Amino acid sequence: MLFLLELLISLLIVLGGFFVLVGSIGLIKLGDLMPRLHAPTKATTLGLGGMLIGSMLFFLGVEGKLSIHEVLISLFLFITAPVSAHFMAKAWLHLNAKHRPKLPPTGSNRGWSTYDASHAPEPGWPTSDDPDRPAQ
Amino acid sequence: MAQQQNKRSFGWFPHPLLTVVLVLIWMLLLNAFTAGGLVMGLILGTVIPIITSNFWPERPRILAYHKALSFMLLVAYDVVVANIHVARLILFKPAGQLHTRWVTVPIDLKSSEAITLLAATITMTPGTVSSDLSADSRCLLVHCLDAPDPEQAVQQIKTRYEARIREIFE
Repeated sequence: MLFLLELLISLLIVLGGFFVLVGSIGLIKLGDLMPRLHAPTKATTLGLGGMLIGSMLFFLGVEGKLSIHEVLISLFLFITAPVSAHFMAKAWLHLNAKHRPKLPPTGSNRGWSTYDASHAPEPGWPTSDDPDRPAQ
Repeated sequence: MAQQQNKRSFGWFPHPLLTVVLVLIWMLLLNAFTAGGLVMGLILGTVIPIITSNFWPERPRILAYHKALSFMLLVAYDVVVANIHVARLILFKPAGQLHTRWVTVPIDLKSSEAITLLAATITMTPGTVSSDLSADSRCLLVHCLDAPDPEQAVQQIKTRYEARIREIFE
């Protein structure tokens, strides 16, 4: 029984390592920053998840105590990964203003907030959650 | 919009749910149950909501908790699928054959919390990263890693995620 558990734990850790490796390969293989952004935001989520579940199983089954730090790690990961990806994308948009004409239109008379943030929002519309918008 | 017009309250517990979450996170951080730890958690859970109350003048009201739960499960499942999908793209598809493109996703959500949730969901799920919001908060700029058909990508985001988020908040 202990052997099976250890087998499962090692499988989870190897699987986790595999997906983190794929994320790193993606960073090398994809040429530009925007495609590169996809690799760390996704391939690593499952990689880290596998390792964390493996870690919880290890402490629960082998050491015999409940460890819930791992739940917190995944919670923080799910909160921080989209925010940091969004910040990197915005930084890229600022650095590559020449790409602005290539972006699809917004479909309204206002532009994308990275380039069109200096105006006050239309009355009646909610204030944006955009971190770049100056305080009103 | 009507449900956001809650009066701001400055009692001892301006945000009871945040207090509960903070105490829970503190206990998880300690990784062991002690009376001293619980007292410290309660102190933090009381002080932090009072100090930070200026940061959330409006509060979204979650209308359907069971729908929020099923949405979380759906996203968790999609995250696993997204990981395998992106891993396959990275390993087996030559970088030149990827159809990377920008798409505009028009959004009908009104509250900024709901839009934030949608943007975060888009980033965590198959081959898409939300990159910018239009200045009038009516559409999201999304970068797709591999989208041969941009129309379909937009439709999937709208029907699969946005419709469900709207049921939770509005």
